[in-house]
Amino acid sequence: MQSGEIKYIWELLNTVPDPEIPVISVVELGVIRDVIFSDNSYVISITPTYSGCPAVKAFQDDIKICLKENGIENFELKIVYSPAWTTDWMTEATKEKLKKYGIAPPSDTVICPQCDSEKTELISEFGATACKALYKCVDCLEPFEYFKCI
Amino acid sequence: MSDLFTYTLRIADSSLILGQRMSMWCSKGPTLEEDIALSNIGLDMFGQANGFYEYAAQLDGTKSADDLAFNRNEREFFNHQLVEQENGHFGITIARNFLHDVFNFLFYTQLSNSKDETLAALAAKSLKEVKYHLRHSSNWLIRLGDGTEKSNTKIQEGLNTMWQFTGELFEMDEIDKQILSAGIGVDNTALKNDWDTLVNNTLQKAKLNRPEDTYMATGGKKGLHTERLGFILAEMQYLQRAYPDAKW
Repeated sequence: MQSGEIKYIWELLNTVPDPEIPVISVVELGVIRDVIFSDNSYVISITPTYSGCPAVKAFQDDIKICLKENGIENFELKIVYSPAWTTDWMTEATKEKLKKYGIAPPSDTVICPQCDSEKTELISEFGATACKALYKCVDCLEPFEYFKCI
Repeated sequence: MSDLFTYTLRIADSSLILGQRMSMWCSKGPTLEEDIALSNIGLDMFGQANGFYEYAAQLDGTKSADDLAFNRNEREFFNHQLVEQENGHFGITIARNFLHDVFNFLFYTQLSNSKDETLAALAAKSLKEVKYHLRHSSNWLIRLGDGTEKSNTKIQEGLNTMWQFTGELFEMDEIDKQILSAGIGVDNTALKNDWDTLVNNTLQKAKLNRPEDTYMATGGKKGLHTERLGFILAEMQYLQRAYPDAKW
């Protein structure tokens, strides 16, 4: 029964969006490392993306609300630092969602999400959130955000 | 106070104070992109500080991370004096951060092999961020040093002003030695060679002169600071001091 519930918790977590990039869920972002049942309680292990990312606190609150609304009371959130979060944990499907949203997904070559050109230029290594850099496309001239590899 | 607690607190303090310094650039950056960059770096420093404070609080068992950040006075802060120095103009900030970023990069690289699992994990996490902080400060150092006569003069002024605070980075006191011999801490003295190489290479690319080692300030680890720290704490701790335990 617990394993069924663990699957259910994963499904619920998959409905909690990233507060900054609402097209992907916290599961797709790769921050949920594990869900286990221990001492009558579900332990959800979370890895922060960037140390100072304010979204980490925000999605922890969102997760608590989501689980409680769905009748899960006996759980705790555990912050795990090791192994450190990496964009390698993002699936291809997630990257595709980012691209459709207008954010170039993490990759070796930064490709313009508007016109798919590989001719892009860095404007700044820092963007509106800790995880993004600012780029512009040399072909279509659109400025865009790039999800940094980390 | 256990040695491990103090050791962890020192790392947290340097991150917090540099974070606070960087936050002062918010809305004052030379360009919008740079304003965002400097504030983002500040945010990373706060995040790193938080991780180390949470661990220190856990080791202490009585105080919270917030207590440690907001309820201590100057003499109880153990950050490097380098990070409390004023932002000055952009060149001064870049010079200060560059010198500290090189140290942080080497320090966290070593600390990520610590026998203490939490410190190793926090170091590995911080290292990922410090790598691009270093890239940011190095790029600017080169751009300004190898820029115009004016930009070269200003960044050189930054280096000359900050140099006296770099000696302290490589000191080892009794606590450092204890923690090192336990396989947990870093041998700061051993970082000096690599630090010199990295700094010298970048300075050469930037067409800047390495300042001469003359007087080196010391004392941060013992809670001795320049007058700058008091002003930072006065502003940073105001709310918690005026309205103890305020939450928002």
